[in-house]
Amino acid sequence: MTPATTATPTKKAAADTKAAAPAIKYQGTVHELQKQLMNKYYADLTSIAEGGAGRSAQLLIAGNPVEVLRAFDMIPVFPEINALQLAVRKNSLPLIQKAEELGYSTDNCAYVKADIGMWENGGKTPFATIPKPDVLVCNYVGCNVYLNWFEHLAEKVGSPAVNIDIPFMRTKDGEPAEGDVEYVVAQLKELVTLLEKVTGTPFDEDKFVKIVERSSRVGELWSQIRDLTKKRPTPYDAYFDSVTMMAPLYCLRGTEEAVDFFEKALEEMTAKADRAEAAIPGGEKFRIVIEGPPPWPFLRVFRDMFSRWGAVAVASTYATVGGIWEFGFRHDPAHPFESVAKHMIEANLCNRSMLQRYDQIWRYATEWNADALVIHSVKSCRLFSAGQGDMREHFVHDRDLPTLLIESDLEDPRYFSQAQLRNRIDAFFEALEQRRITGGKAA
Amino acid sequence: MTMTFETYRDVIEDREYPTVREWRDRTGGKVIGCFPVYAPVEVPYALGMLPIGLFGGGNRIEIANADSRFQSFICSIVKSTLELGFIGKLDVLDGLMFHSICDPARNLASVMGRNFPQRPAVFVHLPQNFQSPQAPQYMAGELRRVAQELSAIAGRPVRDADLAAAIAAYDRVRELQRQLYALRSSSPERISTSELYTLSRLATLMDPKEVAPIFEAALAGAIKRTERPKDRIRVVLAGSFCEQPPLELIESLEQAGCYIVDDDFLLGWRSQRHPVKTDGDPFLALAEAYVNDSHHLSPKHDLRKPRAQGLIETARANRADAVIFLGAKFCEPGLFDYALYRKALEASSIPHLMLEFEEKMWLYDRIRSEVETFVESMLFAEAKAS
Ligand code: SF4
Ligand code: SF4
Repeated sequence: MTPATTATPTKKAAADTKAAAPAIKYQGTVHELQKQLMNKYYADLTSIAEGGAGRSAQLLIAGNPVEVLRAFDMIPVFPEINALQLAVRKNSLPLIQKAEELGYSTDNCAYVKADIGMWENGGKTPFATIPKPDVLVCNYVGCNVYLNWFEHLAEKVGSPAVNIDIPFMRTKDGEPAEGDVEYVVAQLKELVTLLEKVTGTPFDEDKFVKIVERSSRVGELWSQIRDLTKKRPTPYDAYFDSVTMMAPLYCLRGTEEAVDFFEKALEEMTAKADRAEAAIPGGEKFRIVIEGPPPWPFLRVFRDMFSRWGAVAVASTYATVGGIWEFGFRHDPAHPFESVAKHMIEANLCNRSMLQRYDQIWRYATEWNADALVIHSVKSCRLFSAGQGDMREHFVHDRDLPTLLIESDLEDPRYFSQAQLRNRIDAFFEALEQRRITGGKAA
Repeated sequence: MTMTFETYRDVIEDREYPTVREWRDRTGGKVIGCFPVYAPVEVPYALGMLPIGLFGGGNRIEIANADSRFQSFICSIVKSTLELGFIGKLDVLDGLMFHSICDPARNLASVMGRNFPQRPAVFVHLPQNFQSPQAPQYMAGELRRVAQELSAIAGRPVRDADLAAAIAAYDRVRELQRQLYALRSSSPERISTSELYTLSRLATLMDPKEVAPIFEAALAGAIKRTERPKDRIRVVLAGSFCEQPPLELIESLEQAGCYIVDDDFLLGWRSQRHPVKTDGDPFLALAEAYVNDSHHLSPKHDLRKPRAQGLIETARANRADAVIFLGAKFCEPGLFDYALYRKALEASSIPHLMLEFEEKMWLYDRIRSEVETFVESMLFAEAKAS
């Protein structure tokens, strides 16, 4: 799962959409800025891989402790972002197949397989060479595949590896259990000791506090941006455009560049909202909530399937895999370790239970005024998908929220059936339109 | 309840849970269903409740409702367990226990909780940072929290002395099980894997105090047997730690020419390598046993030692000729492990075979002939070498 940088649409993809659909341009300046930042980020990584100065650490997107690594000037590398970059550029399939030749199954998360395939190629990708990490930090935040993934990476790349164990949100009251925060803080302090050893530099607490302060600022800005989609029309698409902003949110959180990026993003989005400019050229006709990660190899094609109906996402659960800020969580420089721990435990989608996700979706549907829920069920990511039939059942029967469930994959292009998806999506929005005309609830 | 060995087979496949209903009627106690892989069964037992193993629907139920909740690419045990709930077979339970073995099981806990609110689902978070000195203390705290949640179902608080007694009761069963496993490894002709499996499975459906005498009798009987060893290969099985294969499939592996000398069936129910130390805080003792003295369970990600090394050591210690990976279809953690196993087995020149099963299957011919071919090629190679 993860954030994205820009998908460059291919000619074929564009031609695949409804012939009459206008060529839609979704980008803004935020998009351009994001591209520049990510290019620089990848250039830095390539330089390390080629023997330049600097250190990198691999960790995972869901509720990660990037602030601790930044305090040691380590560049965070997220294998999910690399995997999705490979998918967006249509490079993932041969890598997945390479992993399958090594014994990985068609039923294993394809992010992992693409990553394993990438390491078989010596970390070389069209956008960067990924350096051998100085340390592997598996922040086990809900996803069990994370644990498998880093166990395999530890063998494959041979870097020192550690699991940071994050207790799941498992109590009846939906809060962390007694002692959970202290347990995670203790492990983060052990991580500090490990990083001191790996880097040979002592921990600088003041520096850490400043980084946490910047994360707090980024959280505030991002949360305001997430709030703007409550407006009608929403100034941007909270699924497809959010992924553009998610890369800096993770790769650069804790830096000045990230603060600067999100200030500019907020400014641009607010101005759009003030002008009542819709997220898509044809205007906003349906407000939807999207659940589940995007199909990266076909992002543009997928987006067009909704745009042609004037359907815009006003909220998405995917945008919260790395952190949920819109309900009030902020990193706290006065309690830096505790707040990093709380972020990992309670303020991200992955470490929350399925039922907490139902509540999150229902808040989106009501507070963000959505007409429908679209569940994109991906085979690779069972964290998201396992049980989504129950989710549909709940929203249709208990909440009377029109819900569409469609299936493909986030990384493996073999599971994307374009015609079938389009038929399902068309039928759904036709019915929604009908419901509107006949005065049904959705409006 | 008096039973013969023949009835045990039926009992473990019967989703009316006859032994459990009988225990309930007799004692008036409550029952907790434990989803695999590992559950701290001692805790509910210390509260006067009977923890039982929930291993899905097996061969005998049709999935009619659950496949609209869980997709086609999700393993069978997740769906069949939910189905058991929908068709009322889990009414014998007062609560459920889950832990995070994989993402589908994690989500199943939620889905069960929503669909059957009258039956609380207690979720245990087991530690995953085995390098941290915090792990045992954290886990002891978690077990205390679980004890509190379970107390609400039992209607009484847990006392340390009761927990120590519960540990002793399960230790007795585990000790006998270790002896049975050791006997099978040294003289596999004396006890077959399908017999041993049936006994182990029975132990997940009964009071440990009532299981112990059954195990004692089985052990005594097996020791006395005087079968001649057959010309079979010695095999370690791995991959069946959660969803269980049909008993008939286990039998056909044996008939195809394998002596199974170790396996990971129901491993969570016998994960401790040694008796649990009970001289201090019993919660901490259970935690220590899990963190520092348990077998390499698939859902346990212990970076202190490469996972495949555990399997290679097991194969060597049991003088196995080969390893068969017998994994449940769509079981992602098992399939991840397989990739590591395959590499390590190849590096150690241990022949291996990969097989996939579903709990609900009827035809074993294909698997059987695959195993036969594998066995023949090994016996042939052996004959040529000698
Ligand atoms: S299962 Fe989902 S959350 Fe886990 S690594 Fe794969 S894509 Fe990410
Ligand atoms: S069989 Fe595998 S995938 Fe299914 S619940 Fe068990 S561990 Fe999870």
